[in-house]
Amino acid sequence: MKLKSLLLGVGLMLGVTMAQAEEPFKVGFVYVGPVGDLGWSYEHDQGRKEMEKYFKGKVKTTYVENVAEGADAERVITQLVKAGNKVIFTTSFGFMNATVKAAKRFPNVVFEHATGYKRAKNLGTYVLRTYEGRYISGVAAGLLTKTNTIGYIGAFPIPEVIRDIDATYMGAKSVNPNIKLKIVWANTWYDPGKETDAANALMDQGADVLIQHTDSPAPLIAAQKRGARAIGQASDQSKFAPQAHIFSVRDHWAPYYIKTVQQVMDGTWKSQDFWGGFHDNMLQLASINPNLPKNVRAKIEETLAAIKSGKLKPFTGPIKDNTGKIVVPAGHSLTDQELARVNWYVQGITDKIPH
Amino acid sequence: MDADFIAQILFSAIKTGTPLLFIALGEVICEKSGVLNLGQEGMMLMGAVVGFLAAYSTGNMAFGVLAAMAMGCVMSLIFGVLVLHLGANQVATGLALTIFGTGLSAFVGSDFVGKTIQGFNPIPIPYLSSIPYLGKILFEHDLLVYLSFIMTVLIMYVTNKTRLGLTLKAVGENPNAANAIGIKVLRVRYLAIMFGGAMTGIAGAYMSLVYTPMWAENMTAGRGWIALALVVFASWRVGRIMLGAYLFGLASIMHLVLQGFGWTISTNLLAMLPYVATVFVMVIISADKFKEKLLAPRSLGKPFDPRHMA
Amino acid sequence: MMRIQARTQPSQLMTFVSPLLAIALTLIFGCILFSALDKNPIEALHVLLITPLSDGYNVGEMLVKMCPLLLCAVGLSLCYRANMWNIGAEGQLLAGALGGSAVALAFGDSTSALALPLTLLAGVASGVAWSAVPTYLKLRFNSNLILTTIMFNYIAFYLLVWAVNGPLRDPDGYGFPESAMFSDQTMLPILVAGTRIHLGILLSLLSAVVAWFILSKTHLGFQVRVFGSDEPAATYAGFSSKKLSWFVMLLAGALAGLAGVCEVTGPIGQLVPNVSPGYGYSAIIVAYLGRLHPLGAIIAAIFLAVLYMGGDLAQIQMNIPTAVIGMFQGVLLFFLLACDFFIRNRLVFTHQATA
Repeated sequence: MKLKSLLLGVGLMLGVTMAQAEEPFKVGFVYVGPVGDLGWSYEHDQGRKEMEKYFKGKVKTTYVENVAEGADAERVITQLVKAGNKVIFTTSFGFMNATVKAAKRFPNVVFEHATGYKRAKNLGTYVLRTYEGRYISGVAAGLLTKTNTIGYIGAFPIPEVIRDIDATYMGAKSVNPNIKLKIVWANTWYDPGKETDAANALMDQGADVLIQHTDSPAPLIAAQKRGARAIGQASDQSKFAPQAHIFSVRDHWAPYYIKTVQQVMDGTWKSQDFWGGFHDNMLQLASINPNLPKNVRAKIEETLAAIKSGKLKPFTGPIKDNTGKIVVPAGHSLTDQELARVNWYVQGITDKIPH
Repeated sequence: MDADFIAQILFSAIKTGTPLLFIALGEVICEKSGVLNLGQEGMMLMGAVVGFLAAYSTGNMAFGVLAAMAMGCVMSLIFGVLVLHLGANQVATGLALTIFGTGLSAFVGSDFVGKTIQGFNPIPIPYLSSIPYLGKILFEHDLLVYLSFIMTVLIMYVTNKTRLGLTLKAVGENPNAANAIGIKVLRVRYLAIMFGGAMTGIAGAYMSLVYTPMWAENMTAGRGWIALALVVFASWRVGRIMLGAYLFGLASIMHLVLQGFGWTISTNLLAMLPYVATVFVMVIISADKFKEKLLAPRSLGKPFDPRHMA
Repeated sequence: MMRIQARTQPSQLMTFVSPLLAIALTLIFGCILFSALDKNPIEALHVLLITPLSDGYNVGEMLVKMCPLLLCAVGLSLCYRANMWNIGAEGQLLAGALGGSAVALAFGDSTSALALPLTLLAGVASGVAWSAVPTYLKLRFNSNLILTTIMFNYIAFYLLVWAVNGPLRDPDGYGFPESAMFSDQTMLPILVAGTRIHLGILLSLLSAVVAWFILSKTHLGFQVRVFGSDEPAATYAGFSSKKLSWFVMLLAGALAGLAGVCEVTGPIGQLVPNVSPGYGYSAIIVAYLGRLHPLGAIIAAIFLAVLYMGGDLAQIQMNIPTAVIGMFQGVLLFFLLACDFFIRNRLVFTHQATA
């Protein structure tokens, strides 16, 4: 009797494994926002879809949206593991410690955490070199501004945003020595109304080109209403404000998702801290406005090419912070590890970093 | 800071305060009849999504506003039936309406994320808009802002000067007495609730058609709750609601404006200010017990059932 | 012909039948909804309501989710019975998380046996303080409690966000807005190895039982009950409404504060901006679903925890968006509120009534 049930069990297990072999490779995604937020989670979801399409049925993806960055995250990740997902992308900083815990519990599953800094054997991190896009944005804004004032809508004062503000300023300064940068912190990643308010506050203070670190197209729309210009964030936002739109810096996660999933399927994946930029096609300049003056367009493309080829690295010394201290010595370009810790404004930005 | 700059800030404050004004005007009527509806956020989101949908499909902005109003009415009717006919608790029903509306709006709007519409354009009023400063502040807005001006005056007139206003007040102060003199209490309350729904619907449309002409999930971001505080802040006076709405509008952009002047105070602490201010005002207005009795509708939040009348 | 007639006494039977009826109606609604979405309704309801209880891991996670809901709902049940319309559990929970975290972080790596008790105590005290202010304002200045508590929810949230961006931010955390991980000494003990079932869950169940005991077996509880059902009678009997108000409000604050500190020292393990995905608001639903009865709150909290988990699972297994789950919950609440009508009224057949 016992033997029989044992055999039956083994048979069942074999059956199950065989059935699994037929099944597509499963990949899970955890989003912090709704996929309909038009911003951060939306672009990750676009990347997911593009990746699934690329593998033509060999990969099946699952996502969970609106996952709170609290106690729920660890459970959702675990449930994705239990549902058979072999690679899990957790796409918000707040999922870091939940991902670390899950990675410890499930050593046979590969985890990839966006924007984090904790890694393990089966847990890698990936992040965008958004500062590259900011540098080009700064160049364009510096050339296009008539008031010599650029407005920057900050989300939260974390290194990524500070770094991007620095890059924007350096880009603008490189083409316009009289440039001023006004920064307003909206304290949100996403609130169209608040972002509109922030855009208006900046324009009230003389900014005529807006750059935003928040996700909705609201600042672009606000800029268009008042005849100012703005740069789209995260996705191609040109259609929201065809006149005001200079270009959008699009987050393009698909190449990384495709590469990672391929590597895991091939067994060649290794945990690393991956930084993707224009060179990796993970950032794209989308919909450059055809009405830009020729010289501006040429300068934008020239800067893009220089960054793509690696000839131009925005954080190359000598760079002083706004207290006059040298933070990047001459001849040195910040390494990725150093970039992750940028917590100073470059010389020329008169603000202080808030809490 | 020069005068032009201040005019610009006040102009922005009016724009930011307008959705709050619409909701609060609706809610004050509702509360004056003795009903507390906490479902604004849900009704507003439904107004925003349906308004956007209608405007997007027909290309007609006015139709979008009307659709949003109608949707607000329908949502408020769910609330009305539950609290008036079925005697459900107003607080719980309002919260349920918010939860339901948040979910339903996201569901209905999922295919319309990322779509664009033209939105309302500002229409400067001839002559008036050329008044120095004041013209810029008041008369260079879009149609819905002007509508909010008109509605404020209209509601102020109706509540203070007409029989309808008296009826409303009677129902909110003492429904039993009102019933005794032949006022149909439930009918008045239904109409008040629906009016509140319609106004909240317009507030939603203002968000998705004017303020940020697009639809995105949860785009109202808690404004319904702030409007609720505003009604108390204004101690149920229509004129003060208008003033309060612009003050709240100003407060919510002030922390953005001040940053531009190099204020280094924490943005989170600044963002807290409107809420702290409301608590203070509430304490001040309600500290005087005599006044409180005059101001707050006495039957607010309490059910009325004519069948329980002796 | 049927007619509606008011009952002279609220029906005890209907008090318990009504939620069941509401759930039944919601299930029917769910079937229609899921069919309309081309999802198998039986499968969807199974995933939504049964799968969360299907294995040990899921049950453990369900309990983790239940804990804060139950703690808040027990306090709210007592408040609502005493006609104190406290909407502030969310703020009290956040205050508890903040206060508890401050103490936990102050202990650092200390191995003092006092670390955990003092952390919990700080959380409870913060929750008490956060409910004491609106209570005082109501009793002293006659402020509307519903509105002050809502305002205090917002104030608590911004205070917490300020703290994780400022004084409590992890100095080694690359500037991200979250605290350092707590040491093991300040973490709640895990009751069942391999799960996240922590001591807080036991405390939450205990709190419900104690509240039930107070309510039904003590003179204080008797006063609360009389006060809630017949305020003039209670005043006539010489019960102090002030004392009762203080009692229920401070108790609710203490329990919500405990919920907050249990979240950070239990499943999360650090202070993050998103401690609560709205537990304090959901607890209002739990309190009503549980008939404002502490023991009823246990069942209701389990039910809601199942529904939340089911929502995530429905996304993972059936690709049902979160929006649908929100609608489902809203409708459930509508049906419940509607069904309560029959507690106070009944259907009578006209020919019987007139006979």
